[in-house]
Amino acid sequence: MTPLTQTADVAIPELKPMQQRLLVAGAAGGVLSLVGALLDTTQFLQSYLMAYMFWLGVTLGCLALGMIHQLSGGAWGVLIRRPIGAASRALPLLTLLFLPIALGLSRIYPWMNADLVAHDEVLQHKHVYLNAPFFLARAAIYFIVWNVISFFLNAWSLEQDRTGDFRFARRMQLLSGGGLVAYGVTITFASFDWMMSLEPHWFSTIYGVIIMGGQGLSALAFLTIALVWLSRRAPLDRIVVPAHFHDLGNLMLAFVMLWAYFSFSQYLIIWSGNLPAEIAWYLHRMETGWRPVAVALMLFHFAAPFVVLLSRTVKRQPELLVKVAAAVLVVRIVDLWWLIGPEFHTGGIAISWMDVVLPLTIGALWLVVFVSQLRGRAILPIHDPEFDEALGRIIERGAPPRTAH
Amino acid sequence: MKTPPTVYGLMAEFDDPASVVAAAERAHREGYRCLDAYSPFPIEELTEAMGGEHTRLPLIVLIGGIVGCVGGYALEYWTQVVAYPLNIGGKPFHSWPAFIPVTFECTILVAALSAVLGMLALNGLPQPYHPVFNVPRFALASRNRFFLCVEARDPLFDLERTRRFLETLSPREVSTVAD
Repeated sequence: MTPLTQTADVAIPELKPMQQRLLVAGAAGGVLSLVGALLDTTQFLQSYLMAYMFWLGVTLGCLALGMIHQLSGGAWGVLIRRPIGAASRALPLLTLLFLPIALGLSRIYPWMNADLVAHDEVLQHKHVYLNAPFFLARAAIYFIVWNVISFFLNAWSLEQDRTGDFRFARRMQLLSGGGLVAYGVTITFASFDWMMSLEPHWFSTIYGVIIMGGQGLSALAFLTIALVWLSRRAPLDRIVVPAHFHDLGNLMLAFVMLWAYFSFSQYLIIWSGNLPAEIAWYLHRMETGWRPVAVALMLFHFAAPFVVLLSRTVKRQPELLVKVAAAVLVVRIVDLWWLIGPEFHTGGIAISWMDVVLPLTIGALWLVVFVSQLRGRAILPIHDPEFDEALGRIIERGAPPRTAH
Repeated sequence: MKTPPTVYGLMAEFDDPASVVAAAERAHREGYRCLDAYSPFPIEELTEAMGGEHTRLPLIVLIGGIVGCVGGYALEYWTQVVAYPLNIGGKPFHSWPAFIPVTFECTILVAALSAVLGMLALNGLPQPYHPVFNVPRFALASRNRFFLCVEARDPLFDLERTRRFLETLSPREVSTVAD
């Protein structure tokens, strides 16, 4: 019987070959992407921004869910704590991967175009905020904030594992309180900078919140898939029960509704006001060839997952729930494609092979880091204050007790 | 000779939650279906132990939600398009985005009301009299004792045989519940 204190590396031998395969896939995708970058740099950067925002969303969503769990407690977060930690430790990689965007600013952001700005009074006023040095300085601040939060949470979590000292739990709670506020502020500005400024005339204050809701949903869908995968292997196979999946399914349902609520709020306000400066953004996305994508998002980003996730049966059966989670990840990418794409292809839907290759490539590299980080620690946070609550009933029923203490 | 009072069921008393869960499981496996368990605090496993009987409440709430959704939209449509059409900001009378908030609120309202009323209808509350209180020790169910009651309406119920079965579950004591 595998004791729970073993590192995942020892407990789950499949992880190592998996990491190697992912690295090969990432390298192959990297070569393909490089070819794409040389063939059509602008299309490359557009697809890259979409893929980057998606994987950044999974990472930051995991970080934020981890912080929420530190504050709220509850059994739902204990089994996914280690995947959450491993995902948040992919932040240094994402910091590095921001480089192509930083180098390609002038190709994707209209406010970088000096000619355009010279003839546009609004952009001249916005130049105080939307200029390259300030843009990069802000990006640096976001990355510092995210990396620092992630670094300390992970370091303290490791210390807690080693010592079993509950003082670390207290420290993680304190940092999470401030960390969530910092996350809210930074992701709002980051989404303004990196995505909203693609259409520099347009503004919406709820935009950052829509992105945040999407990140939470992406993270939950990813964590659901990770937990299903882990639950089919020792040691989690004797620990995970349908109730654990039920919790994740319910949270996914909540985030689906949250995303719909934020997105619709933005639409309703802009639609009611009907002001030229504000509706342009929607006209580009709904009165052009992009309209079917908008309709598909209403159906498959909200209606379908909402109805499916109402079912108790679906939420308690990992084989079904994992399919819903995978579909959610796909519509998350479609949502980002719809938010970014119309700025580059105003006429109508345009999909490039890079829109498929880049999310997969960054995904493979991201997963290499995720798996390698997962391998280094025990698969369960034995000394988490909520640990007994999350697993209590199984231990009571005669499953082997934890080997720690 | 006095006529014996009619029997509501038999009640076994336990010291800890694990025993009452185990007992409920055994009784369910034995074939008893009209079971109820009483404890000072909620025990999640108990419902499952007694067969995890699914109620019709989710269905009632779903129907309530659909009625609220359709009703809310219909109300908006009828007032805005049929009964009292107003030109608001030059928008069409049938402006669906504006109808969504009311539709949403009505969905939640009717679903929540059906949940509360459906729950009361299904569990029969409020109930001023219940036979289990005829057992004097039952008062301890709100303190530190756990009870499992096999009701007499169960087809397998037999005063003697059921009592003997309950004795095998090592309870503190088994009492007959008068109706």
